[in-house]
Amino acid sequence: MKSLINTLDFSVKEQDELLALANRMAASPKDYNELLKGRIMASLFFEPSTRTRLSFESAMLRLGGRVIGFSDGSLSSTAKGESLSDTIRMVSHYADCIVIRHSKEGAAQVAQTHASVPVINAGDGGREHPTQTLTDLMTILKVKNRLDNLTVGCVGDLKFGRTVHSLVKNIGRYPGVRFLFVSPGELRIPAFLRTYLDELRIPYEESSHMEAALGLMDVLYMTRVQRERFFNEEEYIRLKDMFILNSQKLENAGKELAILHPLPRVNEIAYDVDDDPRAVYFDQAGYGVFARMALLAWLLDGKELG
Amino acid sequence: MAGQRLVNSIEKGIVIDHIQAGMGIKLFRYLNLDKAGFTVVMIMNAASKRMGRKDIIKIQDITDLDYTVIGLIDHRATISVIDGGKIIAKKPLTLPSTVQNVLYCKNPRCVTATEKQMPHIFRLQNAGERIYKCAYCEEYVNGFEL
Ligand SMILES: [Zn+2]
Repeated sequence: MKSLINTLDFSVKEQDELLALANRMAASPKDYNELLKGRIMASLFFEPSTRTRLSFESAMLRLGGRVIGFSDGSLSSTAKGESLSDTIRMVSHYADCIVIRHSKEGAAQVAQTHASVPVINAGDGGREHPTQTLTDLMTILKVKNRLDNLTVGCVGDLKFGRTVHSLVKNIGRYPGVRFLFVSPGELRIPAFLRTYLDELRIPYEESSHMEAALGLMDVLYMTRVQRERFFNEEEYIRLKDMFILNSQKLENAGKELAILHPLPRVNEIAYDVDDDPRAVYFDQAGYGVFARMALLAWLLDGKELG
Repeated sequence: MAGQRLVNSIEKGIVIDHIQAGMGIKLFRYLNLDKAGFTVVMIMNAASKRMGRKDIIKIQDITDLDYTVIGLIDHRATISVIDGGKIIAKKPLTLPSTVQNVLYCKNPRCVTATEKQMPHIFRLQNAGERIYKCAYCEEYVNGFEL
C-alpha cells in the first residue's frame, strides 16, 4: 500500500508515470469521471487551507468519488482531546484514503503509521507539502515539455519556504538541472538543502540580484519575502522591492521563461505581469487538480498507471 | 589494580568498564538498571591508570543487554561478557543507528509535542559529530546532549 508523505517517496520513474497519467487526465477528463465511483476520500484538515482542500475535493469528485471530512481542526474530535493516531485508526474504517493537513511537523507520518488505507500529506507544519511539488512539476512539464536540462531560478524567501525546498530536492533528481538561488542574505537556502545538493553534485549558484539572473533561467519560481522574517522594518523595506517581480524586470528575461508561484500572492509579483504569456501561476492551480486526480487514482486504483 | 580485581570477581554476567567518571549513573538510568530484578553493582570514581577516574557497572547473571544506548552515552566504555569467571566476549561499541525514547525531541512544532503516546525516535545522521535527526520533524539533536 502506497502513501505520499514526503516529496521523495516516489522514484523518478514512478513520478514520471504519475505525471503522464495527470497529463492524460487533463487531456480528456471525461474518460476518468467514474474511475473512483463508490470510493470515499477522507479530507482531514486539522489546520485550515481552503485552496488545498478544494483542490483535493475537486480532484476526488472529478473521478466520481465522494468526500467526507472536516475543514477546521477546532471542530474535530482531537480538539476534545482525542489523539491523532486514534482519529486516524477510526477514519481508516470510514474511507478508502486519507488526506491530512496538520500544523505539526511529522503529523502525516504519524497518520501513515496508524492508517490501514493510503495517506496523502497535504502539508505538515513547515516541513513537507508534496502535492504542491507535484503541481509545480506538472506545470513545468506542461509548459517546458521536460523536467531535465533546465535552469531553475528560485527567488525570495529560500530559507523558510518549504515549497521551494521540496521542489529543489525533487526536480534536482533530473539530469542537467541546475539552480539559481536569488534571495536576501538573511533568507538564503538552509544548510540541509545545501548539503543535499552538494552530496548529489547538483550545481547551483546564489546571488541577491534578480535582474542579472533572470536572463539565465528557464523556470522562475517566485516566493514571498515576509515582513515577519526580518528583525527590523527598515531592512524589510529596503529589501522587499528587490524581490518583487514586475514587467520592467522581465525585460531581461528569456522569451521562453515559465513564471511559477505557489499562490497566494501578496505583492511579490506585480499585477502587470499577469497578462505576460510567461506567467503560468494561474494555470498552475488548475494543473494541481489533475496532479491530485492522478495521485488519488494511483493510490486507490493502481491499475491506471503505466 | 582495584578495577581489575572487581572485573575478575564476577563469575557470570556483564562488566561495563572504562565509563567516563560521572557517566555511570546516567548509563545506570538509561539501562533501566534501577528497576532490575538481578544483582547490579555500580562503582563510581574507581582509580584508572588510563583515565584517572572511571565508573564501572557490573551486572550479575545477565549476558544480554541493549548495548546500543551504551554507545550513545559513552562510546569509549568497554563491555566484557563474563562466564565461568573468564571474559568470553568483548562487545564493540558503536553509535546506534536508531534510538527510541533515549533522545527526546524538543521542537515545539513537532508532532510528538502533542501526540504524547508516540515514541521519540531518532536516526543517526552524522556519526562523527554524533548528530541525530527526529524521525518526525527532522530536528537535529546532538548525542552529546544526553
Ligand atoms: Zn521532532
